Parts: sequence; structure tokens; C-alpha cells
Amino acid sequence: MTFMHIGKDFTPPDVEGKVTGTARYAEDFRRDGMVFARLLTSPIPSGRVVSIDASEALAMPGVVGIFTADDLPPSAPPANPALAKDFITYVGQPILAVAAESEEIAEAAIERIAIEFERRPFVVDPLDTLVEGGPDPYPMGNTLIREGAAAAAGTTASGTAVGSIKWTRDQIASFRAGRFPTGAPWGEEWAYGDVDANFAQCTTVIEEPFVTIGLPHHSLESRTGMAYWENGKCYFHGSLQSQTVGHAQLARMVDVDPANLVFINENTGGGFGSKIFPYPMMAVTGRFAKALNRPLQLRITRADEFYIGSARSGMQGWIKVGLRDNGRVGAVDIAIIGDAGSGGGASGSSAAEHVSIMYQPEAMRYRGMSLYTNTTPRGAQRGPGQNEMAAVLSPIMDKAGRQAGLDLVELRRINAPGPDALIGPRQGTISSSYYPQAIDQAAELFGWEAKKALPRQISATKVRGIGVGEGYHSAGASGYDGLLRIAPDGKIHLHTGVGNLGTYSYAAVLRAAAETLQCSWENCVIEHGHGENHLPHSTYQGGSNTIFTETRSSHVAALDAIRKMKQIAAADFGGAVDDYSIGGERVFLSSDNSKGYTYAEVAQKAIELGGEYSGQVFAEDLNDTTKRSVQAMQGTGLIAAAKDTLPKTGTTPGFAVAMVEIELDTETGKFDILDYTGIAECGTIIHPKGLRQAMNGGGVWGFGMAAYERHVYDPQNGLPANVGLYQAKPPTYLDVPLHMKSGATDMPDPQSPVGSRGIGEPSQGCAVAALMSAISDALDGHLFNRTPVTADMILNHIAQNDFNTGDLKTNTF
Amino acid sequence: MNPKLTRRRFIKGVIASGAAAASTSLWYSVSGQNRPAGSVERLLSINVNGQVRRVDVSPQETLAHTLRYKLGLTGTKLGCNRGECGSCTVLADDVNIYACSTLTHEVKNKAVLTVEGLRAADGTLHPVQAAFIEELSPQCGFCTSGQIMSAVALLNTNPRPTREEARQALSGNLCRCGAYDHYLNGVMRASGQLS
Ligand code: FES
Ligand code: FES
Repeated sequence: MTFMHIGKDFTPPDVEGKVTGTARYAEDFRRDGMVFARLLTSPIPSGRVVSIDASEALAMPGVVGIFTADDLPPSAPPANPALAKDFITYVGQPILAVAAESEEIAEAAIERIAIEFERRPFVVDPLDTLVEGGPDPYPMGNTLIREGAAAAAGTTASGTAVGSIKWTRDQIASFRAGRFPTGAPWGEEWAYGDVDANFAQCTTVIEEPFVTIGLPHHSLESRTGMAYWENGKCYFHGSLQSQTVGHAQLARMVDVDPANLVFINENTGGGFGSKIFPYPMMAVTGRFAKALNRPLQLRITRADEFYIGSARSGMQGWIKVGLRDNGRVGAVDIAIIGDAGSGGGASGSSAAEHVSIMYQPEAMRYRGMSLYTNTTPRGAQRGPGQNEMAAVLSPIMDKAGRQAGLDLVELRRINAPGPDALIGPRQGTISSSYYPQAIDQAAELFGWEAKKALPRQISATKVRGIGVGEGYHSAGASGYDGLLRIAPDGKIHLHTGVGNLGTYSYAAVLRAAAETLQCSWENCVIEHGHGENHLPHSTYQGGSNTIFTETRSSHVAALDAIRKMKQIAAADFGGAVDDYSIGGERVFLSSDNSKGYTYAEVAQKAIELGGEYSGQVFAEDLNDTTKRSVQAMQGTGLIAAAKDTLPKTGTTPGFAVAMVEIELDTETGKFDILDYTGIAECGTIIHPKGLRQAMNGGGVWGFGMAAYERHVYDPQNGLPANVGLYQAKPPTYLDVPLHMKSGATDMPDPQSPVGSRGIGEPSQGCAVAALMSAISDALDGHLFNRTPVTADMILNHIAQNDFNTGDLKTNTF
Repeated sequence: MNPKLTRRRFIKGVIASGAAAASTSLWYSVSGQNRPAGSVERLLSINVNGQVRRVDVSPQETLAHTLRYKLGLTGTKLGCNRGECGSCTVLADDVNIYACSTLTHEVKNKAVLTVEGLRAADGTLHPVQAAFIEELSPQCGFCTSGQIMSAVALLNTNPRPTREEARQALSGNLCRCGAYDHYLNGVMRASGQLS
């Protein structure tokens, strides 16, 4: 298929602002009379606030107010409160905010606030709370339970509560030693196929424990919000990944009618899952501003960002994998204890689902639970579950493959998910897959066979390792709205509620509308980033979801515009609607193209006709956000708005495969990545440069998870040991290869009008998996059974001070 | 403070010198009234982007603070405010420095260059800026100003760096989005080594 725009590079309109410094982020906005708020955060990991004495602080010149949990609606565990009072559950948890004429005064005032705390027992290692008699992170327990009846009765807001789960000491000891704990209770389970019968048919069976450690998101822009109220409206400058999907939620949080909330977010300095939806401190920003009746900015520090900027869950698990003699994965049994921190959820089931899609086991069983600890709250982080599973799975599968005498790429080929692949407990279908082709493409670009033949020993102190890994995430949804307006001057205004989180997807998805309308890109105007730009209800920016979902909604809006233009033309020039075509930004009679209108003329006609043509009437199935935007624009041109009801079946997958070559120094335990090759299987390429960014950026995240980033907590005091960027260190220029190679299969998904799916998550999963595989390869197949693998671990292994995998722990050592 | 300079005249001076940040200057100046006794406020003239700007600077004030909140130059970003990330990188006499970790008083005799000062007088983008657009180097953009300033400092002294030299030179600039490959491509393009 030949496209006008799809698959071609373009310059997104926000890039120039990013290189000239004119791009504005939440903290760059000021209002006359603005005050500055700062947070007072908890110094203890568990307890409650007994009393607060802010009298000294409030008496300070320049201090304008204090805001505490009492100023917010009540919330009950396990909800993550914006400000804590009765349940303090981690060090760094916000307790109150102080506003002053300057940040310095606010900070000084915080120092003068006296708080009396009551301490409670705390725990940082999930297994320490799971053991009978072990401390609980909340007074009422250690795990999330779903209370359907309570939710239905409205007695808990979310239908969740904190309950308790315990294992015997023997079960804990067994699990710590890397064995499955017989008879232990779990929080959730699923299975398909006859697991035991399938294991019986396997000729290679291995069992391994594993641990992945949580890590902070560390978005470079520490979260900031600025709010002010005018004439009953709340104007909120924020930093979110998504623009409109969380509108109603944010309105509830700041207590305003959604119609009176103007959310402004032109640029976001990174999110990676931590800013998909509004986060608790935004409630403080909006409500505190209202209480003071002054514009108020709440910016948090880098250290605060560690505490409340969200983090990936850690997990501790056990897996048993069986291969048949033809190399097919016959059965998988997996058990995962997820660390949900002090709130949020762990991702064990998603991790298990990754195994089910990437290796297509004939039978599989998952058992898991989500445990709370007194560590930072966890949330979605780039492929939650899937990517940390990819990290530890890859070397384990390599071990099975080696035992079975299989080449590591061949093992992946044999088990690769093709178009008929099934996924997860329900063994659902997928929309398409060219993953087998992606493996071949990667092997060719990387030169797998040639590299395999290279000597492992490079010099007396340097060894080579090569590895392969795979990433997966579901990559698309449906049911969101598309909206565009053709103005009487002929400009095509493409409205999107997609947030600008740095991937340029907000612009790329609109290329689908331009494609369908057969119009020039230069004649299009992108409307985004500001509530007063009249935006539609768009999907969330997270989970590799935007490209597939929003090319569909862009497309349906364009189809709605074409239908209306043809109807207008047919009414004026005669004939049936189907007798008309579009092209060259005109709608015309196919048999006589002199009979027709330019897009500018048809927009003028739409205004004259009114009704559905210019937004006075609109489809009932549109979301309220979209309806408000249509109403606000009525009479200003030809308005096209439609909900995506295109057919969609099965899971839309995003896949990626990577190959890595490293040179590992046996004297220092450090390694250099000599070659990184990542191939995306995300349908048709929509924006080549954007795709390279996604693949390479995800690659860097993969290197970070494999070798550098982690939480470390002091089990004595519950204090985090590494709140800084230099401690839980994201990779720098010097930790990544000098060149990164990427590509894509570029084959269409039939359920997308332009063939495209997303790739943001798999791009990390494949990289971390391939690097872990390469590290293991360099060390003769040694398994560390954990992420990250740091230089000291490698050195200890080389020095034969082997880690006892029975000591595997998350959060601590 | 100059005893003849009343607070009112003083504030007016600041506003005149930093119109883009006028309201902010006002609030920060008001906050200055509350500083502990014994601290000193100073009216400095500093050379920023080729212009001499008069600005109220407290003794402990960082250059990032002055640039962002008193001169309205918000292109300089604060990713950590403690010397860990490089988002606040600016040039002082052509040397790239972390503005969050530099006192404004330290640069009063130096020429400070921020990302806003890179365009030519006719509005033409600096070659590094143009190359970063061409290579679609930024992702979220929050580290971009810092990356650009480090790249400009490098090319001022080494107009045709190798890729390895470029990554060493930029290694004090963290990019959480992981856009390193694309920034390096931008540097190589700006130095005429990539077409
Ligand atoms: S803000 Fe200056 S180094 Fe991070
Ligand atoms: S582009 Fe986002 S931090 Fe570098």
C-alpha cells in the first residue's frame, strides 16, 4: 500500500521549542500572586500522625497557609492518599503542604512544624511479612484483597482492602531456597492445559528461582503542578503522560465540575508509566489553590520524586520449564510474589502472561500474590510484569535450550508466537504477528551466526558474550473518539487528547487522519495540550497503546468528515453521495471533477447548513469530553467527530526481539555493549524516526534494568539508601553502546486502518532480556537469577564467591 | 544594598531587566524581606546571552535560580537541582557548567550563554539546534537544553569530534528517555560529519 504520510518522517511541531528552550513545562508557568507549596514528608516508615503543631510556621512572614489530610476527602488503605495521617506507610510519604510567598520560605516553615508520630512495626522485604508472626506493613495486614460485596454496597471506594496472608516458616525457607513451597496459600492462580501431563512429555525440565528488584521511574522533570481558580474554573498546569483520558478523574480530585476544569500540559518531562493518570499530589495543588484563592505551584524535589514519583514492583519467584524433544515448550509452572510497595499493585499475572505469549507453552500454571511493604508505592513502569519477567526468563530459557542442545535463536524460532498465537489464561487470540520474521531480521542484522563462531575469550581478561531476548506488551485498544475541524480558510485542525510525553505519538497518530483525508500535512494544524483547544476523549498514553488506538480514532474522524463533505457536495451538485470522491483537498463528482468544493468551500457550506455539519448536532455515543469540545466549536467549520467502533478482536500485540554482544572484563566485572540490535514487530511503521527513538530509548531502559537500577532499603530502619539519580543510576552515555541498531518488520496489522501498533514497552523488554542473556553467555551460562546484575556480583562469581540463590531478596540484601 | 536604592525602585529595576519574569521577580523580592538578619542582597549586572542584565541576587542564590526565576530564561531546566543530571547546563565564558550548582555571584564577570542565546540575530538556529531537529534528537525534551549546551561547548573547542569524544563530552548530561544515540547523531551532524 502506498501512503502519502504513513511511514514517512516529519518534524513534529514541538521539537523546535525543545531545542530553543521555548517549550514550556508545568514549572515554567507563573501567575501574578502565585504562591509556592512544599511538602513535609514522613521520616518514619510506618505509623500515624498524632498531632501537628504548625503555629510557629504559620506565624512566619510570607507563610500563607497549611494543608493537611483533614482538608482532603477521607481515604482508606490501600488507596494511596495525597497526604497521610492515620496510615503512614513509607519514608518520604507526604503529610502536609505549606504554601508561602517563596519556596525558600515554605521550606523554612516546614522545618518549624512539630509533628508527634506514633510508630508502628514496618517491613521492607515481602517474605518477612509473609512469614507467620512477621510484621505487617499496615495494621490490618499485608496484601490486597478485593471486596466485591463491599464495593457494590459502596462501603469501600474501590472495592479493595488490605487483608492478611501468611506462610509457615518451612514454606518461607523453601521459597527462599529456590524451591516451590508445598501447600502454601496464594492470592491468585490461573492455569490452562494439563500441566502435569505435559511436563511428563518433556525431555528437558529445569527449575529456577528468580528475583527482580524494584526501581524508581526518575522522570527527569520532577512532578509539578500549578493551579489557579477564576470565575469558578480551575486552570491546572500539570505534568501527565495523557491529556484527556484522566480529565474526569482530575476534576473529582480537585472538586470541580469537569466542564470547569481546564487542564494545560503542552510538554511532559518523562513519565514512563508513572504519569498515565492523575496522581495524588495533584489533589493538593488544586484544592490548596482554591482554599487560598491564589495561584499555587507545588513542585517536588528530586528526592521527593524518588519517594512519590512511583516505582516498578519487584518480584520474587520460581519457575519450572519443560522442553519437548523437538524444542517446543511443553509446560511452564510459575509462582510469583510481587512487591507492591506501600500501595499500588504487583504485576505477577502480567509477568506470567509474558511467558505464555512468548513461548506458547502447551500447558501453563501461574500462582501469585501481591504483598505490601513499607517502601515507596508502586505503579506501572514501562511493561510492568512483562519486562522484568523478560529479564530473568531469557537466561533461564537459554539454560534449558543449552541442555537440550539448541541454538538460542533456534529455541526462540521454534516457540515464536505467529499469527495463530494464543495468550494468557483464557488462551485468547491476537490480531496479527510477524514475530518469526522479526527474529530472522534481527539475526541477519546482528550477524548471529558469525558472532556465534567468534572466540569467547577475547584476551587474558576479556570475554565475549552474545545474547538474545524478547519483549511483549499488548499494544492497542478501541472505543475512543476522533475529532477534527475543517475551517473556512481550508486549514484542517486535527484535535487530539493524546498527551505529549516525548514519543511524538500525539502528532504521528494524526497522520492517519491526514492520510484518510488525502490532504497535505502542511495544511494541517495540530490542536493538543490545552483544554481550551477543544480536545476529544483520547486513550491513555501508556502500555504501547497510543499508535494503534489513536490511528483508529483519527481515521474514523476523517471518515466522518468525508461523509459530511460528500453529502454537502451531493446536495448541491446532484447525484448520490457515493458518486463523490476526494483528492487534492477537494470533494468532487467522480465523473466530472469540475463539480465540487474545495475543503475551504465545503467548510463554509457546513457553517451555513449547521446541524451535524458544523457541530450543532453530534453522535450520542461520544464521550462527554468530546461533546463539550464539539459544542465549543459549533458553527466554526465542518466538524467531524466519531467514536471508534471499528471491528477489533483479540489482543493487539507489540513484539520486539533484540540481540546483544558484550565484552566483559573479568578483572573489574564491568562490560561494554559492543553491539545492540533491536527489531520491532509493531505492524506498519508510521513514523520512522519516532520508532527509532522508541526502540533505542527502550533499549537504554533495558540496560538500566539489567545492570544498574534498583531500590535498596535498610532493613533496620526502613530507610531508602539510594534516593538520588547517581545512586539508583539510570544509564549514561558511557553505559550504552556507541551506536544502536534498530529496525522493524514493517508489516501491517489488519485491525488498524494504517496497519500500525505500539512498541514502547517491548523495546525495553527485548533489550534487558538480550543483555541478561549475553552476560550469562559470557560467564559460561551462569545464572544470577536476578536483576540487576551489578559488577560486584559478576566479580564475586568470577572469584567463585557465588551468591547463594537461597538468599535472593528484593529491596534489601 | 545601596542605601539610596529603595525597595520600590529596586523592584522596578528588576522588572525592567527581566520583563518575562516580572511577577516572579516581585514575589522573590518580597521574599527577600524575610531573609535572616545579616544576609546581603546585591544588585548585580550579569552578562547573559550578550546582554547586561541587572538583577537582585542573594548571596546563596544559584545561577539556575537567577536565570529561570528572575530573568525568565526557563529554557534552562532543573532536573535535580543538585548536580546530578545536567539539565541546567549553561556556558560561562564558553565552559559548560551546571547552573544549579553555581552561585550567580561566581559568574558576575563572565559571559553566560543559555539555550535562548544560541540563535543568530536573524533568528537562524544554531547548527546544533538545527541538527537536533533534523535527527529528532529530543524525546521528552527536558534534558535537551543541557545536551545542546554541552554539545556547543564541545564544538567550540573541537569542531570535528569523534563519536567517542562526543559521548565523553556529553556524559555529564543524563537523558532519562535514553535518547543518547540521537543526541550523538545530532552532534555528528552539527559538526558536518553526518549527511
Ligand atoms: S539540575 Fe543541575 S545538574 Fe541536575
Ligand atoms: S529527552 Fe527526556 S530526559 Fe532526555
